[in-house]
Amino acid sequence: MKLSKNFTNPLAANNPVIVQILGICSALAVTVKLEPALVMGLSVTFVTAFSNLVMSLMRNGVPSRIRIIVQLVVIATLVIVVDQFLRAYMYDVSKQLSVYVGLIITNCIVMGRVEAFALGNKPWDSFVDGVANGLGYAFILVLVAFLRELFGSGTLFGFDVLARFGYVNNSLMLFPPMALIIIGCIIWVHRSINKDLQEK
Amino acid sequence: MGLRKFVDKIKPTFSEGGKLGFLHSTFEGFETFLFVPNTTTTKGAHIRDCNDIKRVMIVVVVALIPALLMGMYNIGYQAGIEGILPAFWFGFLKMLPMIIVSYVTGLAIEFAFAQKRKHEINEGFLVSGLLIPMVMPITVPLWIVALSTAFAVIIGKEVFGGTGMNVFNPALLARAFAFFAYTPQMSGEAVWYADSKTGATALEQLASTGDMQWSVMDAFIGLIPGSVGETSTAAILIGAAILLFTGIASWRIMLSVFVGGLAFGYLFDAVGMTEFPAYYHLLVGGFAFGAVFMATDPVTSAQTNTGKWIYGFMVGALAILIRVVNPAYPEGMMLSILFMNALAPLIDYFVVERNIARRKKLIKNVK
Repeated sequence: MKLSKNFTNPLAANNPVIVQILGICSALAVTVKLEPALVMGLSVTFVTAFSNLVMSLMRNGVPSRIRIIVQLVVIATLVIVVDQFLRAYMYDVSKQLSVYVGLIITNCIVMGRVEAFALGNKPWDSFVDGVANGLGYAFILVLVAFLRELFGSGTLFGFDVLARFGYVNNSLMLFPPMALIIIGCIIWVHRSINKDLQEK
Repeated sequence: MGLRKFVDKIKPTFSEGGKLGFLHSTFEGFETFLFVPNTTTTKGAHIRDCNDIKRVMIVVVVALIPALLMGMYNIGYQAGIEGILPAFWFGFLKMLPMIIVSYVTGLAIEFAFAQKRKHEINEGFLVSGLLIPMVMPITVPLWIVALSTAFAVIIGKEVFGGTGMNVFNPALLARAFAFFAYTPQMSGEAVWYADSKTGATALEQLASTGDMQWSVMDAFIGLIPGSVGETSTAAILIGAAILLFTGIASWRIMLSVFVGGLAFGYLFDAVGMTEFPAYYHLLVGGFAFGAVFMATDPVTSAQTNTGKWIYGFMVGALAILIRVVNPAYPEGMMLSILFMNALAPLIDYFVVERNIARRKKLIKNVK
């Protein structure tokens, strides 16, 4: 596969969240505010990128029967690195994200990409694929969080945006159900643009 | 018949290929609104009835009118206006903008979707458009009415494919949206009176103190504060009679909601969790209104007869359960109907499966 297509495909046409419907749980949980959503997106990008890279480097040495355990060890190590990094340098955000950083281990996108891509491709391709899928996830998270923070709290990154115009906050936006509805609407728009994704 | 001639004359303009052909759905909607369509099905077995969906919906609107008129009078009465007509007029003027906003928003979206998808305009909104303002407090800002109507029509209905495909009752979804999104404007003490007076509804008083300042008769006739449509149980019962007489609403659901509500009401009364008689539940808040007009929605309720009994009983029982046990929601009717809407297909599934199993057993016994 061409490298550029390898990179752009997961961002839109084969987005992990809105096409493959993976990683929905964290997309509902951490998108109340933009800042944690952005940090979460970047953390997942880091983990997918390096777990893909590491697993791709080891792909010929790992027996197929124990590959899941090896993958878990690699992913868990990377997640702990991210977690420690956040605690050290972004303590507030880390507290807001609470368990969801640790739960990146169980994020289907990470293991899905390792299984589906890294085990059968060269390291550089796998790395690009990991970055692209992580960014595709991050993009949806930031989009949802943008809408939720803007209409739910009237702010963006904590700065007053709508409140000065007399906007009344829509508190439903702060509840997870609304995040699900927003993701649903994004899927709706995405599918009406990409007609080949529509089920017959 | 001048109107019929006029409609026929302008018909070609709106038909396929005509100048305004893209407004075909809009024209069709108005034509069938004015006249019963003269087309009949030609193939297959069909039950033929002059009562098309549009007329069914109109009957429901007619059944809503007693509660609406009584609600309008009550708005004026609660605001302390003397005399029946002045009070009614006051309430009418307060209510009218809400109804207009709800209809204009909802119908605009429905028309837009019908044009886009090139199908006929669905009639369902005739009822929802009137129900939405009737389940909201009178002081609710008009933009909330518009926003929640838009939410209910788009997310509650059009996403699923329009009228007849929706999982949840659109009017209740509108109320749920407004309730959770704009809680201060939808509940509490400040929203129930059209003038500057404030105070809790009968339901909120019962929930917090175990007693209300109004008599049972006031609650029955509808002289208590609350959402416009829900206050008068008497007027709602007139509507119920119309719906049952014309056979439009299911008597099984209506009856079983009241049975479920009373059963749980007496249960909680017996174990000492409530301090007032169980039948109070049926008179205050939206219980009667929900039971008659919303639980019976033919689209979102259970379809099988046994299923209707189960569905109705659960709606009533859950509403009282939420009212008594959960202090955060003094009104449980909205949540319980929405919850049972989601479960209705499951109830139907088990009823049908059980029927199949029973009849299979019969065949085995014959052998």
